[in-house]
Amino acid sequence: MEITTTEYKNCDVIHPIGRVDSAGAPQLEAAINAVTQLGRHKIVLDMSEVTFVSSAGWWVLIGAQKNCKKHRGEVVLACIETGIRASLKLVGMDDYFRIYDEMTAAVGNI
Amino acid sequence: MTSAVFPGRYTSLESISEFVIQAAQHAGLDDAAVYAVQLAVDEAATNIIEHGYGGEDLGEIGCQCEIVAEGLRIRLEDHAPPFDPQAVAQPVLNVPLEDVRPRGLGLFFIHKMMDEVQFDFSPEGNTLTMLKRR
Repeated sequence: MEITTTEYKNCDVIHPIGRVDSAGAPQLEAAINAVTQLGRHKIVLDMSEVTFVSSAGWWVLIGAQKNCKKHRGEVVLACIETGIRASLKLVGMDDYFRIYDEMTAAVGNI
Repeated sequence: MTSAVFPGRYTSLESISEFVIQAAQHAGLDDAAVYAVQLAVDEAATNIIEHGYGGEDLGEIGCQCEIVAEGLRIRLEDHAPPFDPQAVAQPVLNVPLEDVRPRGLGLFFIHKMMDEVQFDFSPEGNTLTMLKRR
C-alpha cells in the first residue's frame, strides 16, 4: 500500500492508496504514528483511493482517534467509498468520526 | 465452480479478494453485495491465518466459489486446529470511544455480511461455507 503524508498549517493529511487489510493496516498505523510522534494530532484521512477496509484497518483508526482525542486533536475521514462507509455504519463506528464528502471541507473544519 | 489455494499469509488477502470479487460479479451480485463478500472472506481468511494457524506461512487456505440459484456459495478450507466460533468474544458496539476494545469484529462482519454462515470441523480440516444471495 502506498501512503503519502502532507503537512498543512492546521493539520496533516494522510492519503493511503489501495486496501487497508491485515497486510496494509500496519503501514497505515506507522504513517499515523509518524505524525503523532511529532506532536501533531489533527489528522485528515483522505480515503478517496482506499478500495477496502477490514476490521484490522478500523482498529488502527479507532486507536488513532483515541490517541488524538487525548491530545486535543482528532482524526477525520474524507471521501469514503460507499461500501466501506456502509460497513462502518453497520457496526456503529461511524459515530466515532466526523466524515466529509470533500477534502476541502475536511481540512477546513478540523 | 472455481477453486484456488493460497499461502496462509496476509499478502495473500488481496489475491483472495480478487478471486472472490470476480466470482461475485459473475454470479450477478450488485456492488454492495460484492463488497460484502469481499469483507466477509477477508475477515475469514485473516482469522484462519491469525487464530487458526497462529501466524503467517504455517498453512494454506483453499477457496471455492460456486454460482448457485440463490447467488454465490463460498467455501474456505484450512488445516488449522479446530476452534469454537461461539467462544469468540462479541464486539462491544455503540459505547463511548474510550470503551471500545479491539475484539470480535471480524466474526461479526462475517455474520452480518453473509446470508448463511456454517462452520464444519473434522480431522481432515475446517470448512467455512457462506452464501450470499442476489
